[in-house]
Amino acid sequence: MIDDLNWAIGGEAGHGIDSTGKIFAQALSRAGRHVFTSKVFSSLIRGGYTSYKIRTALVPVQSVVDRMDVLIALTKRTVEENLSQLHDKSLIIYDGERTMMKDFELPRNMTGLNVPLQRLAEEAGGAIMRNIVALGATCAATNFPLSNLNGSLEKQFSRKGSEIVENNKKAALLGHNYILENYNPSDFGYILECTDATYVLLNGDEAIGMGAIAAGCRLYAGYPITPATAIMNYMQGRIEQFGGHVIQAEDEISAINIALGAARTGARAMTATSGPGIDLMTETFGLVSMTETPLVICNVMRAGPSTGMPTKQEQGDLNTMLYGGHGECERFILAPTTIAECFHKTVEAFNLAEKYNVPVYLTGDLSLAVTDQTYPPDEFDIESIQIERGLFLTKTSDLEPWLNSQGQFKPHADTEDGVSPRTLPGIEGGIHMVTGLEHDELGRRTEHPPTREKQVQKRKRKLKTAIEQENFDYREFGSPDSDILVISWGSNEGAIIEAIGQLEQKVRFLSFPYVSPRPDISETIQNASMVFVIECNASGQFATLLEHDSLTRVTRILKYDGVRFSADEIAKELNSYLLPEEVMLK
Amino acid sequence: MSTGANFADFKSDKKPTWCPGCGDFGTMNGILKALSNTGATPENTFFVAGIGCSGKIGTYIRTYSIHGVHGRALPVGCGAKIANPNLEVMVAGGDGDGFSIGAAHFIHAVRRNVNMTYIVMDNRIYGLTKGQYSPTSGTDLKTNTSPSGTHMPPLDPLALALSSQGTFIAQAFSSDLKRLIEILEAAINHNGFAFVNVFSPCVTYNKVDTYQYFRETLVDVNDIGHDPADYEAAKKLIFDHETEYQGILYQNPNSISYEDSHGLDSPMWKLPETPPEGIMNLLREFY
Repeated sequence: MIDDLNWAIGGEAGHGIDSTGKIFAQALSRAGRHVFTSKVFSSLIRGGYTSYKIRTALVPVQSVVDRMDVLIALTKRTVEENLSQLHDKSLIIYDGERTMMKDFELPRNMTGLNVPLQRLAEEAGGAIMRNIVALGATCAATNFPLSNLNGSLEKQFSRKGSEIVENNKKAALLGHNYILENYNPSDFGYILECTDATYVLLNGDEAIGMGAIAAGCRLYAGYPITPATAIMNYMQGRIEQFGGHVIQAEDEISAINIALGAARTGARAMTATSGPGIDLMTETFGLVSMTETPLVICNVMRAGPSTGMPTKQEQGDLNTMLYGGHGECERFILAPTTIAECFHKTVEAFNLAEKYNVPVYLTGDLSLAVTDQTYPPDEFDIESIQIERGLFLTKTSDLEPWLNSQGQFKPHADTEDGVSPRTLPGIEGGIHMVTGLEHDELGRRTEHPPTREKQVQKRKRKLKTAIEQENFDYREFGSPDSDILVISWGSNEGAIIEAIGQLEQKVRFLSFPYVSPRPDISETIQNASMVFVIECNASGQFATLLEHDSLTRVTRILKYDGVRFSADEIAKELNSYLLPEEVMLK
Repeated sequence: MSTGANFADFKSDKKPTWCPGCGDFGTMNGILKALSNTGATPENTFFVAGIGCSGKIGTYIRTYSIHGVHGRALPVGCGAKIANPNLEVMVAGGDGDGFSIGAAHFIHAVRRNVNMTYIVMDNRIYGLTKGQYSPTSGTDLKTNTSPSGTHMPPLDPLALALSSQGTFIAQAFSSDLKRLIEILEAAINHNGFAFVNVFSPCVTYNKVDTYQYFRETLVDVNDIGHDPADYEAAKKLIFDHETEYQGILYQNPNSISYEDSHGLDSPMWKLPETPPEGIMNLLREFY
């Protein structure tokens, strides 16, 4: 078992929960501890319930667990919301002087640390710092050196001036000392050790943004939507340093068309959105595919359909990404399985788009988007990234093989591997048009049956070429020889890895970062004794795909309540199939 | 006068399939003449065409071009210009494309003021779908879908552009080629989003907004001594719904394009051979 500590701060929207959580996560990361965070939030600016949970350990942690060790409760509801996860040794830090916590009664025999957060914050220079007082109290209660928190406060507030930094440090110290003066932390049994390891701490949206800029994305067009907005926020202020630009469009239709326009001039361009935006972009997606324009469309999934649950987890858009749009058009669908993979797959998405002149759906989800996780910095090898631009012709002299007898450039040249050349406006001799209409090699409209057939086949052939040339493989974990197969796609990987570690039986786990094209595992499925497909939607969209591929039924483990899988949940579900009934009853 | 290509260089080898007499012929000729007069070259011009009869223009001209989805030509042009400010970006479409399905983009393209030229080939009818009313059809226009008239006032594109703080608002007539070329040249030279609504009569489905109608009724702003820089005077003409005007109704002489206000002056397509300086700072932030 992992020797971990689960900490959270909870309150209402507007209480600064998110930034407080991030400051503590940063402090832990800087102390050489691994961190995996999760959030609960709603679509509102004030009120409701919101929390930021951190799981920290000395070894890498990659999922949430259903346990709460230390809880900062700014409201009584915070305690109610976490009741099932609290245990006898849990600590609850609260401010008994606040009306929000009036008449608060400790559940069962947990330890309550009643700290006058507000009063101490005012003493330090302002009530706004009460969460920082609570972080100071946390440090004392968990034997975590305050210096780490101070470092994090400096990072967070240095832009606001030294007075603000000092006040926050004072607030933390007051909270810290209050615990030491009034309680005996050694009774609690929590010790957060530090190491010399260096980690970076980032979330999936940031990893995608960093990957995009590193991959040479120079135009980002987007429209605000949860949970993809963070990508746009990340790009803004950073992409400009490398000659790029962020444009906030009037809607998602405009966003994808702006990105398309930029891509037609040869720029690496991208848009990111969530389900409702994907719906709006679908018509243009067909145009992008038909005109053979390289483009990356990022879909940070949330719970649908319609407005659904905008701040909740789901992997419900697989079908719409696979089949969305009228007619039949080529596409790639990548689904990074971890936050680090968000970075790597983004780079790969840009390369695939340009090598095959195909739009790429880069799929994240809410869980990846809002989770901050630690990694060794060398996981993000920015300087050794390979940028592959495909058959991108930027000199007139390179166009020669691609001209017809009249000297006209053929943007849809019918090649053996299906891949046609790409040039850009400004290049002499490369003038051509592209259109969403069926076209000939020159890009001119046609309804001539043999030409139509040739172009359809050519576009399909590109995917075949990609399958031959690229390594669209799964990631494998667990026991390679086991004939019990666990399969998933996208963000569930970390929770499943931890879950299978808890099982008595050995299982083989295949994690799919490629949805389309995807590795063919039909034989593996056919030969397995049991096949479990785990995903966050109600019908098992990926399971259906695999059943279709392998003509074999699989067992679905599904979740669609808006909350990501925890490792414990998955282990319990798998055990319900794998363990004899009498063991389960115990 | 011309330093770039000549008119014929901008013509493709495809013959237009527009109905004989269609206003789009004149509008297209005007566009090509204006382009060659301003020194543009086919290589450096990026042309975005909408969907509809007018959208076919992309096939008949010889420049880099894209024929996109219905109503979304403006965002494509906007993205192209931002990603490569060296290009001469031209967008052309019809009244349905621009003012109905694409109306939201029109308003925001006007506000954004990207340095490009938007030509609406306005025939006040849906032609390619064989005669339904368009957003600029008159209240009494009888069509397939408005057998007793539309019972709606027509959309006023000039007023819409003015209220969206447009910096260049003009109207022209496909059959007055001399004025059309002059106006389009000014539009191309304008530093910002230049909107030119060009009456391009549909000879098949619109028997009201005909060549004869425009010839008899259009008043040229030059003939009434209008100063396009005079906002109040422009407002008066644009909201005068008794008279239809030809010419530059409004041009903000102090227009600053989106690219200029964002410091965008280089093409974005070229990527360095080695990782750019400062790229590791992206990672350092997360320590």
